Amino acid sequence: MLNRGRNIEKGRVITRRMFILAAAKILLFAGISSRLYNLQISDREKYEILSDKNRIREWKTPPQRGIIVDNFNKVLASNDRVFQLHLILDEINDFDVTIFKIKNIIGLDKFQVQKLYKKKERLKPWDTLVVSDNLTWEQFSKINLYLHELEGAKPVLSTSRFYPYANDLVHIVGYVGDASPKDLEKPEIKENFVPGLKVGKYGIESSQEKMLIGNYGIKRYEVNASGKRISQIDYIKERQGNKVNLTIDIEIQKYAQELLKGKAGSICAMDIFTGEVVAMASSPTYDPNKFTHGINQKDWQEIRNNPLKPLINKSIAGLYSPGSTFKPLVALAALEYGILDPNKTIRCKGHKHPYELYGVKYHCWKKEGHGYMKLRNAIKQSCDIYFYEMARLLGVDKLSIIAKRYGLGTNVLGDLYNDEKNGLVPDTKWKRRTLEQSWYLGETVINGIGQGYIQTTPLQLCLMTAQIANGGYKIKPHIIKDDSINYKDVINKIKIDQSSFPLHERNYLDDINVEYYQRMYHKKSNINFVLDAMFGSTNEQYGTSYKSRYDDPKYQFAGKTGTSQVRRITDLDRELDLDTEQIDYKKRDHALYVAFAPYKDPRYAISVIIEHGGSGSKAAAPLASKLIKRIIDRHKLREQFNNGNTSLA
Amino acid sequence: MLRERIPASNYSFLDKLKSIDYLLILLILAIGSISVFAIYSTEGGKFSFYTKNHIIRLSVFFSLFLVLSFVRVSTWYKNAYLFYLIGLILLLVVLFFGISASGATRWINLYFLNLQPSELMKIAVIICFARYYHRIQSSDIQSIKFLIQPIILLIVPCYLVIQQPDLGTSILIAGSGIAIIWLAGLNIKYFVYSGLLLLVSLPFAISILKPYQKSRILTFFNPDRDPLGAGYQIIQSKIAIGSGGFFGKGYLKGTQSYLEFLPEKHTDFIFTLFSEEFGFLGSIILLFLYILLIYRIINVGLVSRSFFAKLYCFGFATAIFLYVFVNIAMVLGMLPIVGAPLPIMSYGGSSLLSIMLGLSIVMSCKIYNQEQISVY
Repeated sequence: MLNRGRNIEKGRVITRRMFILAAAKILLFAGISSRLYNLQISDREKYEILSDKNRIREWKTPPQRGIIVDNFNKVLASNDRVFQLHLILDEINDFDVTIFKIKNIIGLDKFQVQKLYKKKERLKPWDTLVVSDNLTWEQFSKINLYLHELEGAKPVLSTSRFYPYANDLVHIVGYVGDASPKDLEKPEIKENFVPGLKVGKYGIESSQEKMLIGNYGIKRYEVNASGKRISQIDYIKERQGNKVNLTIDIEIQKYAQELLKGKAGSICAMDIFTGEVVAMASSPTYDPNKFTHGINQKDWQEIRNNPLKPLINKSIAGLYSPGSTFKPLVALAALEYGILDPNKTIRCKGHKHPYELYGVKYHCWKKEGHGYMKLRNAIKQSCDIYFYEMARLLGVDKLSIIAKRYGLGTNVLGDLYNDEKNGLVPDTKWKRRTLEQSWYLGETVINGIGQGYIQTTPLQLCLMTAQIANGGYKIKPHIIKDDSINYKDVINKIKIDQSSFPLHERNYLDDINVEYYQRMYHKKSNINFVLDAMFGSTNEQYGTSYKSRYDDPKYQFAGKTGTSQVRRITDLDRELDLDTEQIDYKKRDHALYVAFAPYKDPRYAISVIIEHGGSGSKAAAPLASKLIKRIIDRHKLREQFNNGNTSLA
Repeated sequence: MLRERIPASNYSFLDKLKSIDYLLILLILAIGSISVFAIYSTEGGKFSFYTKNHIIRLSVFFSLFLVLSFVRVSTWYKNAYLFYLIGLILLLVVLFFGISASGATRWINLYFLNLQPSELMKIAVIICFARYYHRIQSSDIQSIKFLIQPIILLIVPCYLVIQQPDLGTSILIAGSGIAIIWLAGLNIKYFVYSGLLLLVSLPFAISILKPYQKSRILTFFNPDRDPLGAGYQIIQSKIAIGSGGFFGKGYLKGTQSYLEFLPEKHTDFIFTLFSEEFGFLGSIILLFLYILLIYRIINVGLVSRSFFAKLYCFGFATAIFLYVFVNIAMVLGMLPIVGAPLPIMSYGGSSLLSIMLGLSIVMSCKIYNQEQISVY
């Protein structure tokens, strides 16, 4: 019985211990349940996101770049079909073998193969390697022929930038290329970038990147743990960049570029009311299409080593002394400030008796002298002596106020071109500040004929001419179409300004800021005087550009020649008096010409600069004359198009 | 009282059928069929290798379970030590002739099955200890003399299993053994002292761990330590379970497992897959099935007369609980990844065999629950 009692006790212990264990089990299971609750109910969202991140991978698809068109909607920069070869890396078993086969099929050199290996190292295993972004048709069809032997190879029809007018527009439109690390810092590129996307490198392509680049598309794929695509689950289509509409007329641009062929220089043409740049040619030029897929070394060296410097956009980045093209503005300033009576007579006695100031001699360009000159004649025949004296009387500070007001000394197109120069309109303060020297009167004297410190770009000269030609009104020069600016509105605004004339309380002789489409002159008669003198310069005998004139009032224009010295003329030079052709190219004068047309009802201003072209009347004015005819011939078309807008498109 | 006098050998077959625990069988079948669906899902919804094998094994071992259920409980009792001895010999065979996979030597090639003796040892320890404590007087239980023997019986297989190396199974073997010592009534102070001793010796224990085991433990404390290496499994497992939500992603729609983010999804991480596809609801139901299973096993122990049967059933129930708890806690990131399968659910012949074997002994306890087993 004792045994039995013990056994009962033992059974009790076992059962009791079992219940204690069971309680522990229940507790632990409760712990598991609460953990499950935490993971699956409380933190569900967090884990769902993590799970999606795991299984979904995005591929960005590149957008098409916006096109660039001219005033008439003619395409200047398009997206052309190109043949490309891509390699899907995760479909390739042996990269070396595949590359070897491809190398033989499309004929890659050692250097290109090395480049591909380097490129591959930077990619992720599921990425796509672009073997070539511009295959020829033969290469492309060959690849297609051997496709079954090439694992992972994918021939792709893609688009790339194409410039149909190649050389004619590169300085305006610019070009695209692979993005550099610096490009990628720009927010508009950073936000929209897809590897392989070409970005603007210069000109409109670069400054209008935000408009042109578009938005990339997104393809979402479900992928497995090793990154292999299982299925596409989402596709947000890419958006093409916006169209950029330029004010350029490609026909005129092409012609201007043709006129400059073989020369170094620039031609700019502008609507004097709307400020639309109609043409802005720079020579020599180069082919932007070569840059799209990376320019080869030989072509690059050719461009870089050209002594005529094709890479410089001479219209806005070339700095020149304006020479005599500056004279109308000097005359205007002198008249405005009432420095001299236009009837004042000064005698130009030729090289034997030059203008003299404190013992320094200043010569007129004309050896035998102009004789007795009044202001109108001095402009017409470009007499330097008259302008020396006038500048002396006027003083450089007053001259600089007027020069700056009419568009010199600041860049014309704002931040559109990162290489556009401001030029320089000197005054006494400027010299003291930057050179820490006092101004010499002699510097004023040569400033009067557009020499010395003064520096201008061709586009500035064009703007200056435009703002005199339109009757002395400030306009807003632009090269990207602005629909808010049209001829009728501008004329309207100018008329309102004219009618409010007596109400003006401002002193136009002070250094004041003038708003757009408001007058810049003190007296209207002064502007008219200068315009008339420029008419004489072109259309009257002894005028410096008389030979380039048109008698037909439809084309009749008025202008001013300029010959800008690139070095000091010595007494020896004067004695030798060589022809342009006999002088070393680098030492020849720059030839300049500014003009506006038609004279009776002006609408366009033009500036021409031929580097080392010799005299303005011989080298520059004839080109201007030819271009003016072309511009006027196309004026009606342009006017109709711009009014009806798309009626001619 | 009347039945008590009828010797067990005289039970009619009908009596035996009557005393079968049908609910237990139902539970086994339920969990078994869930496991088939889960393994079918690990193969991406294709009826192929793993699913086929699992179904074959389930049917074979379930039949074995039914047949062995009719073995008399006294037969199990008599052969308990033999059972243990066979397990030990097999472990030694593994030590010298075992076949290796992924750095561990755990298996014996039996041609139709790669047997993992450590899995059998889990059951052998329980049955051996149940016999040992069956005959010990409650007055002797506290004596050191009777305590040393089971500790040696426990340490030897645990050591052999750790050598394979297989920390998880070793812990489970030790856990089941200790559970029976506890049930037998050993004074609580021993458990407290040895617990303290374990804590103190933990730094030393960690220092003799294999590097991968160490990294698993460190990773357990901070899975982000190495998210693509040692922490990968636990992070991906948590993502899978968490993203399942309340109702789950739907059957065959678990992206984590379907897209191969989950490692070992048909063995140790089968619960993760199940939980991702069936959510909180499904997981709780599965957990409930296991609780019911454990409850039924305990119930058999409660209605058994012999200490052997009671100790065995309670011990086995605790072992099942340990397997389930360790596995689920592991995939939920509550315990380090130690490599412990989920009973019945996980793919793996030896584990299934040992569970079915264990269950058949439970059933035999149920059928012969009135059988008296002599203490001597």
